[in-house]
Amino acid sequence: MATATETTAEKRPQGPFTPHPDGLIGGNHTLDSIGHKIGGVVLSEQPTPNAWWAFFLLGLTLLGGLGVALAYLFYAGVGIWGINVPVAWGFAIVNFVWWIGIGHAGTLISAILLLLHQKWRTSINRFAEAMTIFAVACAGLFPLIHMGRPWLFYWLYPVPVNFAMWPQFRSPLTWDVFAVTTYFSVSLMFWFVGLVPDFAVLRDASKTRLQRFVYGNLALGWRGSAIHWRRYEKLYLLLAGLSTPLVFSVHTVVSFDFAVAIVPLWHATIFPPFFVSGAIFSGFAMVVWLAVPLRRVYGMGDLITDRHMELCGRVMLGTGLMVSYGYFCEVWMSFYSHSIYEWDTTMQRMWLGPYWWSYWALITTNTIIPQLLWFRKLRNNEWALFAIAGSAHIGMWFERYVIVITLSRDQLPSSWGQYAPTEWDWLTLLGSVGLFITLFCLFIRFLPMISITEMREFLPQLQGGRDGHSVMENAK
Amino acid sequence: MTTHAAPTTPAIYGVMAEYETADALVAATKAAREAGYSHMDGYSPYAIGEVADELGFPRSEIGAIMFVGGLCGAVTGFLIQYYLNGIDYPLNIGGRPYFSWPMFIVITWELLVLTAAASGVIGLFALCGLPQPYHPVFNVPAFERASRDRFFLVIEATDPQYDAATTRTFLTGTNPLSIEEVPE
Repeated sequence: MATATETTAEKRPQGPFTPHPDGLIGGNHTLDSIGHKIGGVVLSEQPTPNAWWAFFLLGLTLLGGLGVALAYLFYAGVGIWGINVPVAWGFAIVNFVWWIGIGHAGTLISAILLLLHQKWRTSINRFAEAMTIFAVACAGLFPLIHMGRPWLFYWLYPVPVNFAMWPQFRSPLTWDVFAVTTYFSVSLMFWFVGLVPDFAVLRDASKTRLQRFVYGNLALGWRGSAIHWRRYEKLYLLLAGLSTPLVFSVHTVVSFDFAVAIVPLWHATIFPPFFVSGAIFSGFAMVVWLAVPLRRVYGMGDLITDRHMELCGRVMLGTGLMVSYGYFCEVWMSFYSHSIYEWDTTMQRMWLGPYWWSYWALITTNTIIPQLLWFRKLRNNEWALFAIAGSAHIGMWFERYVIVITLSRDQLPSSWGQYAPTEWDWLTLLGSVGLFITLFCLFIRFLPMISITEMREFLPQLQGGRDGHSVMENAK
Repeated sequence: MTTHAAPTTPAIYGVMAEYETADALVAATKAAREAGYSHMDGYSPYAIGEVADELGFPRSEIGAIMFVGGLCGAVTGFLIQYYLNGIDYPLNIGGRPYFSWPMFIVITWELLVLTAAASGVIGLFALCGLPQPYHPVFNVPAFERASRDRFFLVIEATDPQYDAATTRTFLTGTNPLSIEEVPE
């Protein structure tokens, strides 16, 4: 039945190819080799690296710690934590804001950089989106377990049940529930839609019946029809367009948890932009932390190139400066406003209070150390970037700690108090890190860590691609 | 009383031509459209907008679906908040108005995004008829490369101009790598 007419067909050159002009893709790739490089990890074409097992077991161990911490928490109640009046939120909210901030870079990369026609987003968007989903899952855990009676969490939603009580929709805490739920759901949909064509790739390249069954089902019968692609691209573009204001609104709402309260240094209009830039800062730090092992363990350096790492460094420098502007602005506003409450709280935070060291730890790790990113040499050094990103993780955690701990000193000395986390607080924080590591390890083992479809489209024309993304210019 | 029909050759879904490059697929689709074919589809490992243009599908419906979905979600979300906090269970807090609409905007916005995104995703799958466990194009063994590095054009048997012999001859003229009949 088949009639091969091989004679006059146009042939693609087989390489070697000239290097990519922007240095965004290396390694002489063709359409086929991209699939083997990325899909091969998932389809067990190469053995699972030992380092994967090391990370996975580390994650599982810490996750076990989370299990123990939660079991005891549900047995004994939130009294096992260090929270008390006046610092009633403690680690739960610090960790919540820290995790959800980390998640935001995934949406920035997949949505905002898409709208801005930044082609370098392509090789990092998939694992950054996975990072978003897992980080939001870790974040969502904390308000839930802080509730005391977490099995009643559905009271936060307007579920028509027989006690005829409704949520207070004027409260930022209720806004938070809706913002985080929406963010998680939309990120998950965006991620899944992006994965469908890749599932089809894996289905067609699968080696075993099980792989064929699982990826075949997940691919939903995707066959790459031109009509389907047109709808797909439009949806992808519109989801990016919706996710962009969504990501700003989510962290704005998170900042409202503080800013709507009439507490000195919390009740500030700088909070929403300050929180959003901090979120992107910490998220890019996490992208660097994830990209380095992917480059080292899986040899993805030809797809996540030195140029990508350098650009991540630049984004961290820019957002780090915005965050530092926020710190400056807080102090300046409390000085210039002549409000004695604002100024006194600032002095307590920076100098007089028992937690002054945490403020300076924050300034060191978030403002001073990231200035090293001005040096191109350090931006181009993977391990230097890794170290600076680590500093940003610590700094962004301290930022929320400093904000929350402000409550320990107010204007009535009789209501001053101390806050110290217990070992259960620490175990829960480490356990949430374990949850993240475990989920991320499973992700890189079972799902393509870089979008195969988008990388193929991104290849230069000679190598079989389209030298860019039509979704950026031409989605209809 | 059953009689077994004589074994028949399977019904034909169409004729499939395989190309090496995206440009070849675009050119072939254009030639097929100019030759008067209308029931056809292109298949490729990544999106090629020009193919959809040539197929006469210049605009997708997704934008309209998401607009309507988002609008419904936003309106419903706003009214639910007003009804629950203003009418069904009014809370008098310092004499502030029950219809405090600025406080309802945040959740209205979040629900707009949620319903717009959900209706877009559901709309995509519904319009594309996915999940679809079976499709005739997968009967051709070479088609597994449609998700890898090859580009395909299928002229369907339902096309008014379709004729097994002439359509095949026409496709041969577009310089494909191979031509196969697609059994139903």
